[in-house]
Amino acid sequence: MFDQLSQRFQDVFQSLRGEIRLSEATVERVLRDIRTALLEADVNLNVVSAFITRVRDKATDQAVLKSLSPTQQVVKIVRDELIALFGEATGGLTPTTDRPRVILMLGLQGSGKTTTTGKLAQWLRRQGRHPLVVSTDVRRPAAIQQLSVVAAKAGVRVHDPVGESNPVTRAAGALAAARSLGNDVVIVDTAGRLHIDDELMAELVAIRHAVGPHDLLYVADAMTGQDAVRSAGEFHRQLGVTGVVLSKADGDARGGAALSVVSVVGVPIAFVGSGERLDDLEPFHADRFVSRMLGMGDVLSLIERAEAVVEPADAERLEEKIRRGGLTLEDFRDQLRMLKRMGPLESILGMLPGMGGMKQLAEQKPDERQLRRIEAMIGSMTPDERRHADIIDGSRRKRIARGSGTAVEDVNRLLKQFGEMQRMMKMVGQMTGQTMAAAPKKKKKSPFSLMR
Amino acid sequence: MSVFDRLKAGLSRTARQIADQFDALVRGSEDRSGDEASVRTDTLDGLEDLLLMADVGVSASRNIVAAVGARARGTASLRTLVREELLRVLAAADRPPVEPASGPRVVLVVGVNGTGKTTTVGKLANQWKQAGYTPLICAADTFRAAAVDQLQVWADRAGVDLVRAREGADPAAVVFDAITAAKARGRDLVLIDTAGRLHTRTNLMQELEKIRRVIAREVPGAPHETLLVLDATVGQNALTQAREFMAVAGVTGIVLTKLDGTARGGIVVAIAHDLQLPIRFVGVGESLEDLLPFDANRYVDALFREPW
Repeated sequence: MFDQLSQRFQDVFQSLRGEIRLSEATVERVLRDIRTALLEADVNLNVVSAFITRVRDKATDQAVLKSLSPTQQVVKIVRDELIALFGEATGGLTPTTDRPRVILMLGLQGSGKTTTTGKLAQWLRRQGRHPLVVSTDVRRPAAIQQLSVVAAKAGVRVHDPVGESNPVTRAAGALAAARSLGNDVVIVDTAGRLHIDDELMAELVAIRHAVGPHDLLYVADAMTGQDAVRSAGEFHRQLGVTGVVLSKADGDARGGAALSVVSVVGVPIAFVGSGERLDDLEPFHADRFVSRMLGMGDVLSLIERAEAVVEPADAERLEEKIRRGGLTLEDFRDQLRMLKRMGPLESILGMLPGMGGMKQLAEQKPDERQLRRIEAMIGSMTPDERRHADIIDGSRRKRIARGSGTAVEDVNRLLKQFGEMQRMMKMVGQMTGQTMAAAPKKKKKSPFSLMR
Repeated sequence: MSVFDRLKAGLSRTARQIADQFDALVRGSEDRSGDEASVRTDTLDGLEDLLLMADVGVSASRNIVAAVGARARGTASLRTLVREELLRVLAAADRPPVEPASGPRVVLVVGVNGTGKTTTVGKLANQWKQAGYTPLICAADTFRAAAVDQLQVWADRAGVDLVRAREGADPAAVVFDAITAAKARGRDLVLIDTAGRLHTRTNLMQELEKIRRVIAREVPGAPHETLLVLDATVGQNALTQAREFMAVAGVTGIVLTKLDGTARGGIVVAIAHDLQLPIRFVGVGESLEDLLPFDANRYVDALFREPW
């Protein structure tokens, strides 16, 4: 997400690059462009106006205009102000001694509450918790079944007393069940409706009273428009929201609503959900997010993700091989698989500094299909061929191409590039000796270079 | 409660907000005599802000404001001008639905996750059944957990039968089954509910293309109508969604749901303005009857509180 907004910001800054001195007129032009970009990204109008005013005040300061690098100053001002908009978000859930910890999920219809409940349950389970989930949505047809299915996928327990159709009783029952069964977290999924519905609000207030939640997470659709602020504000006023979960952030929505909710309602974003898999939920970090948005990359998140999928032992083994120059196609396939586990390529690329802009070069973009094709080719080789790529002669190439549904040229290209990579790795290995601690970064690089 | 009242009730928050601000704006332009040019600029800027707040979008808002500004010459009231401009944008996008030449009429319902596709299909089935059609619902959302069960509930309520497959089945195969069943049972209408998909997911969009191919093969000229369901709270991203779904699924019209919230649904103006896509239905409530044919006049009237 934020891709288009990010692109717009980079265009604006690019247009500044030629300027030696900034005039107030130039600043005005830039501000107008930024205003349009933010509005098109669905940032709330009031938020945009306040933001523009603050940036203007700082940017037209004589000290900035006369400084040696006015452009960089302006970029910095924009960045600082954006981070200020997002507030002091550290991401994730705040620590508590409550046992069981009760999390109440709130949100409008179709914002993704039930799916997010499943993702959050999975995330908590990965943190070593034992969540119990309960649905209090007795109104939408099949909502309770949907949660049961999602919970089964996440491998967490569901509280679902058959025939119980009172939301408050269901929630309270879940809390009691968690106490007796020893679950340390209870996630209560609620009915989504439109917030003008007093009946729903009364129901939610009653549930909150019955279970005393520590967290009230408001699930906001990243694609929401100007209305986002009002709905989130209404939930906050009536129930007291403690955090926002931004859902459906994998679309190309520019997510401006997120900016608005945080700055107007004053509630930090706790998580960002992007994707259909239960793993696709990440704690939100404002500074990293803004950096990614402005095309400055987000290496920290990248390393974290790599660490999550790469076993330290594997990393060491690979490092050793690189040093000796003994990289085989088997290792290469392992890397590809690891890369895939890190999530969609698009989002990984977005985290690399300077890649924000490059992503737009569609032809150069390594796409997932290409990765799959390479995997298929390696899969069609015999173990021997994988370990000794040089034994792959013409007839073997033909067989591999047939087996993987590709052309001989594709196999040729793969082998040639692999050969180059092997040579490079050997050189790098000799040059750096034992100083290759950051193995995940190395791993990530190789498949990209192969793609070119 | 008449149809119009219900739409107005649904839109009342919208209307109240905008109309109040608008009143202030118009009064402002009348009260302040003095510097006429600057007053006009203020008023037009205020108008642009109002439209932006209603999700009408930057380019549509600017054009509407420019058109109003160019025509604002003393006598004509600002309200009339704005109303006319909005109607002009909506009318330019309108076009009649395609009539089936032979075989059942096929209506495909698409959209991103959580906009209310399943509910819309239920409501449409109900309405068309009451209008004398013999609809058949096809549950092609084989992905989302319990989606088919949800649709079954709607189908039962509307008293319409449903063709379904197990979860995870190929949606195109279900569509094929449904069309075959409709022909065998002599039905004149097939309503297809598809799984929600983000328009950025290439593989899911290709699946939609395949569904469309199967339909076109089984019934020449079909789908006669492909409806993109949008949530009234959606922002400018709806434009991208509409573009992508138009390209892949050949969307012919919009259904705007959940207009009974506070959302203003101004995005339909942006869509009509930028893409010339007509709005077919608006959903203003949760019961079976709360889906209304879109009427530009009433929409604009209700948007700015009738009468002006």
